[in-house]
Amino acid sequence: MATIPTTASEIAAAVASGALTAREVLEAHLARIQEREADIHAFNLVTADAARAQADAIDADIAAGRPVGPLAGVPIAIKDNMCTHGIETTCSSKILEGWKPPYDATVVTRLRAAGAVMVGKTNLDEFAMGSSTENSAFGATRNPLDTSRVPGGSSGGSAAAVAAGFSPVSLGSDTGGSIRQPAALCGVVGVKPTYGLVSRYGLVAYASSLDQIGPFATTVADAALITEVIAGHDVMDSTSIPQDAPSLVGAVSQGVTGMRIGRVVDLPGGAEPEVSARLDAAFEALAAAGATIVDVTLPSLGYALTAYYLIAPAEASSNLARFDGVRYGLRVNAVDTNAMYGATRAAGFGDEVKRRIMLGTYALSAGYYDAYYGKALKVRRLIAQDFDKAYESVDTILMPTSPLVAFKFGEKADDPMSMYLCDIYTIPTNLAGHPAMSVPFGTGAHGLPVGIQVLAPALGEAAMFRVGGALEAAAGGAQ
Amino acid sequence: MSDSPLSSIVATPEQMLPGGWEMVVGLEVHVELATATKLFSGSPNRFGDEPNINIDPVTLGLPGALPVLNKKAVELAMRIGLALNCRIQRCIFHRKNYFYPDQPKAYQISQYDLPLNADGHLELPSGVVIGVERAHLEEDTGKSTHVGGATGRIHGSDYSLMDFNRAGVPLVEIVSRPDIRTSEQAREYVSELRSILEAIGASDAKMEEGSMRCDANVSVHKPGTPFGTRCEIKNVNSIRALGRAIDYEARRQIDIIDSGGVIRQETRHWDDAEGRTHTLRTKEDADDYRYFPEPDLVTVDPSQEWIEEVRAALPPLPAARRAMLHELTGYDIRSEAVVVAVERGQHEYVKAVVDAGGDPVKALIYVTQAFAEAGASPAVPAADIAALTILERDNKLSATQAKTVLAEIVANGGGDAAAIAAAKGFEAMDTSAVETMVDEAIAADPDAWAKYCAGEEKAAGAIVGRIMKASKGKADGKVVSAIMQSRRG
Repeated sequence: MATIPTTASEIAAAVASGALTAREVLEAHLARIQEREADIHAFNLVTADAARAQADAIDADIAAGRPVGPLAGVPIAIKDNMCTHGIETTCSSKILEGWKPPYDATVVTRLRAAGAVMVGKTNLDEFAMGSSTENSAFGATRNPLDTSRVPGGSSGGSAAAVAAGFSPVSLGSDTGGSIRQPAALCGVVGVKPTYGLVSRYGLVAYASSLDQIGPFATTVADAALITEVIAGHDVMDSTSIPQDAPSLVGAVSQGVTGMRIGRVVDLPGGAEPEVSARLDAAFEALAAAGATIVDVTLPSLGYALTAYYLIAPAEASSNLARFDGVRYGLRVNAVDTNAMYGATRAAGFGDEVKRRIMLGTYALSAGYYDAYYGKALKVRRLIAQDFDKAYESVDTILMPTSPLVAFKFGEKADDPMSMYLCDIYTIPTNLAGHPAMSVPFGTGAHGLPVGIQVLAPALGEAAMFRVGGALEAAAGGAQ
Repeated sequence: MSDSPLSSIVATPEQMLPGGWEMVVGLEVHVELATATKLFSGSPNRFGDEPNINIDPVTLGLPGALPVLNKKAVELAMRIGLALNCRIQRCIFHRKNYFYPDQPKAYQISQYDLPLNADGHLELPSGVVIGVERAHLEEDTGKSTHVGGATGRIHGSDYSLMDFNRAGVPLVEIVSRPDIRTSEQAREYVSELRSILEAIGASDAKMEEGSMRCDANVSVHKPGTPFGTRCEIKNVNSIRALGRAIDYEARRQIDIIDSGGVIRQETRHWDDAEGRTHTLRTKEDADDYRYFPEPDLVTVDPSQEWIEEVRAALPPLPAARRAMLHELTGYDIRSEAVVVAVERGQHEYVKAVVDAGGDPVKALIYVTQAFAEAGASPAVPAADIAALTILERDNKLSATQAKTVLAEIVANGGGDAAAIAAAKGFEAMDTSAVETMVDEAIAADPDAWAKYCAGEEKAAGAIVGRIMKASKGKADGKVVSAIMQSRRG
């Protein structure tokens, strides 16, 4: 068998040129899955047969001289909270176990049209609520770099799939850091695009005003390529930005000469010293590459976590109310309808999901709305204003992705507050609706990867990818 | 509904209830909009289909499905707002959270503190003006059928069948201010609202099919004192039932207060067969709907151009139509002929008959009598009806003959009235010939004549019958009776 390239762009080029068949590429990845998946548990479902059929169809197109898309033959893993027609979509929850959607999410439709081959549905913290993938009802995912440690979350399965070489790229969703944090912990690239750049149609909602789909990849260029394919207006999502997908791949290699990179002087503390050291190194590398480092202040950042843990659970309490046992998913019968709701939801949801539903229900309740949800919305506006002000003097901002490198199983599972703190640096961009990405930049404690986060203003993806590309180049040169 | 503690609207003495009580009523009317598709998805908005045919991921609230607002529904809601003199404003949607099996997402997408239409009013034919607090957009629920058990309600049933065809159908909820003081006004308000909704094409507004539904907030108080505690009456399925339910509820509340009790704020169910209301749920059981802004939808901000476009396209409203017929015929705007013609939308047709040279009063009467099934635009050329009204007005045809000719014109979709009359041998008799016939009839039945002269009006029938028989129906009944009266002296 010919050598299989590691990046999506190289695979697509090889398949399109006939140097490799989509089927060969797929079998090589299925073999890797076969070899390590039992240890990693990246997937809730490996869709090998459907993938083979899809790969063969692409090979048939190429053989017949028909045009193929920019991702022809590229294996991709999809987080199991995105609807796939006729293929089980569980959100790693017992309440949706066995549910087969009658439709594809818009991102899935676009990936298929581009020639990508879906290899499976990846594990997540139940309904994307968590930072370690330990909250999955179907068992945790292990970090491929050290299987005694978590891969991060909630998109831990998608991050692990790319880190383990199960697929060169994957999709995750990011509500408070659920792409960027696992990307950092698994040593891969993860991108949360601007809110509204990628359609949410078919993404099972956790917190609708924060959720955004984005890619994992081994290179910044691959992440840009996947973003290009999945971005762009979708009439099925009213919050989708009415403009075409931007061109991003070119930005990756443009360099940062003349760019202004923000250093947050009042960044909330809590990062491990090794992580802080890598951030300093990142600033140095970018300065060396021609960027100017500018101090900025984000005074409201310290309130972001609290605001997030009111807004996200409030929306979740409403979004998850539809899992009532009436139309689909789990139903636990009881004496009457109200008892059936209670029994179904008690059996179907895990502890963290119940915790957030209760928190959110409380925050929206009569008499508490203004003090909790209403106030959180004000904080959200303040944070957006802080960013707007900062972006008057800089093009992008750099901060750590995660305060910590990958931690051990069980280390935080019993302490929700310390788990919530994992998202302290990622949550602000979700609240602002801005794009951000995590790029691996060396290692920290225990030799585990550290991710550096590049933040940009709304629709500032091109600037973000320029800085991401420069960091990647500097990291490669440094190691 | 916001109750002001003291109202400037006071019942007239004849509208007061016994004991010095006054009822205070506000109505919440839900109407289904006549769109082709649902409020947030492309499924058909159609009544009467097989269950669970008009469904899709959005309608069923499937995980991952997202709502997309139907522009036509916004336009129809704007028509309603403009017809009710509302301010059309920048608005957002909220989620109203509650669990019920026919509510697929466990929340209803509705409007809360920022409705599309606000602060309007409706002037009733009787001249009373009822304030309209708001008219907002929201989605309908599915339909539950509870099988087994005694009440047909969810409690005690063996199982429930769900039909989601109606889920997501666009509704506008029109909330009146508590300005209504009698059940008659309540009926008039709903009736006028229905005429408006039909006239502007916003809804077919059929209470019997549920495309128009009405809840009544009823309280009683003594004028000059704050409003009493209100009860909301649900399950009112006709305008007649609305009047009965309000009257019953006001009496029930007065009886309680008179016997020393207090009214509890609650939702009550109208039982039309029993003619009474009973408790559905008390305020303590009321859901906390946890309203919050719907994050899946964006702000709706109708441009001034769009509003003016919709306003310009509005047809004349029932009040203007009634005024037009009043101008034309002199008939009161509340007269049955005017009301019927406007309800059927045939006012323009009446005007066309008059414009074609017809007699206005006869035009109105002919149209209301002969075109019950014809819809707004009868297929008969207006000029044909106009010609007939002139023949009758000029006494060329008797009323009876004219009616026969009219029936033939309607049946044939038109025709020359004079030719039809001639073919039927109808010709007007001149008055002197009728006078001769009257005298002959009197001579033939002197007993009947004597009785008639003695004031027994019924006795005239025998004389008239003879004349009609002798004239083969050609004599004009009005001319005959005028001659008889002059002969009697």
